[in-house]
Amino acid sequence: MSKINSVNDFVIKFANVNGSGSASANQMFAKGVFRSGIPVSPKNIFPSNIQGLPTWFEVRVNEKGYLGRREGIDISVAMNPQSYQKDVTELKENGYLIYDSSWKREFGRDDINVLEIPLTKLCVQEFTNPKQRLLFKNLGYVGLLASILEMDKDIYISLIEEQFKGKEKLIEPNVKALNIGYNYAEENFKDYCEIKVKKSDKTDGLILTSGNDAAGLGCVYGGATVCAWYPITPSTSLAESFSKYSEKLRVEIGTDKNKFAFIQAEDELAAMGMTIGANWNGARAFTATSGPGVSLMSEFIGLAYFAEVPTVLFNVQRGGPSTGMPTRTQQSDILCSAYASHGDTKHVLLIPSDPKECFDFAVEAFDLADKLQTPVIVLLDLDLGMNDWSTKEFEWDDSNQYDRGKVLSKEDLDGIERFGRYLDVDGDGIPYRTYPGTHPEKGAYFTRGTSHDEYAGYTEDGVKNAEMLTRLLKKFQTASSLVPAPVFNQEKNGSSMGIIYFGSTDCSMQEALDVLDEQNLKIDAMRIRAFPFNLEVWEFIEDHDLLFIVEQNRDGQMRTLIMAEGGIIPDKLVSILCFDGQPITAKHITNKINTHISGKPAIAMS
Amino acid sequence: MTYIVKPKNHHPLLEKNKLGLTRRDYEGAVSTLCAGCGHDSVSSAIVEACFQLSIESYKVAKLSGIGCSSKAPAYFLNQSHGFNSVHGRMPSIATGAAMANHELTYLGISGDGDTASIGIGQFVHCARRQLNMTYIVENNGTYGLTKGQFSATNDLESKSKYGDDNLFPSIDLPSMAIQLGASFVARSFSGDREQLVPLLKAALSHKGFSFLDIISPCVTFNNHKTSTKSYDYIREHNDALSKPDFVPMGKEIVTEYPSGSSIEVPLHDGSLLALEKLSKDYDPADKIQAIQNIQESQRDGKVLTGLLYADPKAKDLREILNISDKPLNSMGKNELCPGADKLEGINSGLR
Repeated sequence: MSKINSVNDFVIKFANVNGSGSASANQMFAKGVFRSGIPVSPKNIFPSNIQGLPTWFEVRVNEKGYLGRREGIDISVAMNPQSYQKDVTELKENGYLIYDSSWKREFGRDDINVLEIPLTKLCVQEFTNPKQRLLFKNLGYVGLLASILEMDKDIYISLIEEQFKGKEKLIEPNVKALNIGYNYAEENFKDYCEIKVKKSDKTDGLILTSGNDAAGLGCVYGGATVCAWYPITPSTSLAESFSKYSEKLRVEIGTDKNKFAFIQAEDELAAMGMTIGANWNGARAFTATSGPGVSLMSEFIGLAYFAEVPTVLFNVQRGGPSTGMPTRTQQSDILCSAYASHGDTKHVLLIPSDPKECFDFAVEAFDLADKLQTPVIVLLDLDLGMNDWSTKEFEWDDSNQYDRGKVLSKEDLDGIERFGRYLDVDGDGIPYRTYPGTHPEKGAYFTRGTSHDEYAGYTEDGVKNAEMLTRLLKKFQTASSLVPAPVFNQEKNGSSMGIIYFGSTDCSMQEALDVLDEQNLKIDAMRIRAFPFNLEVWEFIEDHDLLFIVEQNRDGQMRTLIMAEGGIIPDKLVSILCFDGQPITAKHITNKINTHISGKPAIAMS
Repeated sequence: MTYIVKPKNHHPLLEKNKLGLTRRDYEGAVSTLCAGCGHDSVSSAIVEACFQLSIESYKVAKLSGIGCSSKAPAYFLNQSHGFNSVHGRMPSIATGAAMANHELTYLGISGDGDTASIGIGQFVHCARRQLNMTYIVENNGTYGLTKGQFSATNDLESKSKYGDDNLFPSIDLPSMAIQLGASFVARSFSGDREQLVPLLKAALSHKGFSFLDIISPCVTFNNHKTSTKSYDYIREHNDALSKPDFVPMGKEIVTEYPSGSSIEVPLHDGSLLALEKLSKDYDPADKIQAIQNIQESQRDGKVLTGLLYADPKAKDLREILNISDKPLNSMGKNELCPGADKLEGINSGLR
């Protein structure tokens, strides 16, 4: 039997039953590879369910650092008889199938290598506690993998020790479970597997973390003190990350009191209301949600836009429309975020592409919201938010200052004859504001969602209202010079074709660009990082005759936004779409580009 | 929300409070509500209460939702920041604002539509969380601004101005507030200034969620003969539990009630609410009794008013969440940012 042979380049997929504790073991496997110095991209493909349904966990190991999803499974750890059929089908020819042979099975494929390990039987022999018997099967196969891939077992032992720090009693049984699989493989599968993990140094300067975790930490560093939120997959762990880090880093010495407020609201409407209320009163506040939450928050987003209250919202996108696929990924809230709420509204979007950028953009979002006095929506997606990524280390310069924007102090107010909340004093469309409680006689005003004049007084004068809307547009123009510029994948534009992409597809794009390069297809590429689009975005579009726009939604929403905002002709913009809930692959992108260039339009997804 | 700025000319002999301010200093713009609207009396009572308490207006945030009642904050406390938010969502704005700075006084004005229908969820959770604020419902049983539809507090037997029957029973907000854990609950009548002002003063002095349901008749759409929220009906059916007298901190109690008929409710800031009992089964510290009193009065076709329930020792949201004594909005980078060293530690933990 032939076997797939590779070093530090493979995809392994775990098939489990959800609620069986497998995710943390699978995570541990991935972290062990990362600690061996090879970048990994674990992806948890889970059902919207707590216990009993099939769940998968895919880990791509790639020394070159390609972290996008890749088609084809090299090793399948099939621990769920419910999904054997699918798991075996997905396995590449000459791949490896590991399964629990406590109950023997035939798989009907003679082109794969089957590794049998009676995990249940072994765990029943070694453990008496029924819960442990079930749970430790997971660590058992991690041990087996460490052996067949010739990894350093001590890495896993240290991971177990770290995980159970403070609960030392649990270390011994966990190590025992690891050894069950490890020892079994040493005896039965020595030199069997031809896929290896060889220690490397490609993770120097990298950390393994998720976008949600990073963004929550970024909120702590960015000076957020109020987080009001409502649980919704896949954004929940972002709010929880803020709480977790705040409890460690934001407790007053001496009093043990919190320098933060963490409030689980009754719904997304209240979460957004609290965020606006806190920001209005001078605290940095944010909320995190997903598509359905954005729909519910829309009325309030319009209020914050029109009354000009800084607001930070993280939208961790999931599969839509409606309740959609809550546990799958998409980039399908571009338009509903950019234009959230009724009437003429437009919002600043920040679109990070990896956890490091999630951290940076979280910090940036608060400065931008304060400077612009408007909602700033940070767009993540489930893949970026919930999965661990090999990403650059977080950086912080202690000389960084928070920019609170145009806020008048008591002394400032003393020097002003008449304060006008919505007066465009500086000509940039951004007025000055005051916090409640600043001055006994000056600076009080009425914040309202009704039409108002420069002094915040109610007006039904249509001309006044039109002036206010026009000023808001000027402010949006100002925003385009303040938001992060795009990132280019070329020194200067050298091709007549360009690719536009954004967010979490970055990792697959890097790989796709290398593949195209090998095919001698030189295509320029630009990663959009924010809306409103700044000048460099428009120049890039101007400089190319044909542009591919890669996005994970059905309707080409970024394409629509570019056409609407820049008056770009549709023929120039070709969509490359993926909306099956899985992250797009490099192969998908290159296939579509090749197909288009060879004369067939690349609009539909495969 | 139309408003007209009032002229600033004051009579030189107007009475002044401890801050040297007159009642005029606590006023707002000229009201554009209908002449005779109960809400204007409530605004006036708020002015009086704030004047008497010598509150610094600029340390008050007045918040509202949408509707006639929600216009009211424009008509008092000119030097306070105001926030006229969206329909039914004042409680969440107030919650966020109060988290940012607990040192201000938060005064929310809502209506029966704003609270009992579209905003009932936020009202419920705000009460349950014990937010330190005063929450007033100017309750007239009707949607005035959209011209007279029934609201959810309109009594079943109360017909519309046009003779339509009300098909659904009313929601009793004070009973709900007590059940939800509000620590100060009262009902009053916009036309009973003697009762309303001391209750307002006590509500503003209480630490925790103070809820005031103020029957405030709508002269245009719900003041007819078959209405149970008309001036005449409330005057005839007002069943006052007690006669309140607010005693500021450090003042001697001079109110003299016959022995055994008075109850004193000490408030957080050292002030006191002295109550002359008008009903024998009255104990504002007893939650169950309070709900029973409301139910019985309702059964008897009366409108129970006065302080219904108070727990002056209840914790407020900030205490429950163990938030710093220093307002969060006053903290700068040095207090909030953990710094580069800590981040390096976090990086190490993620390798």
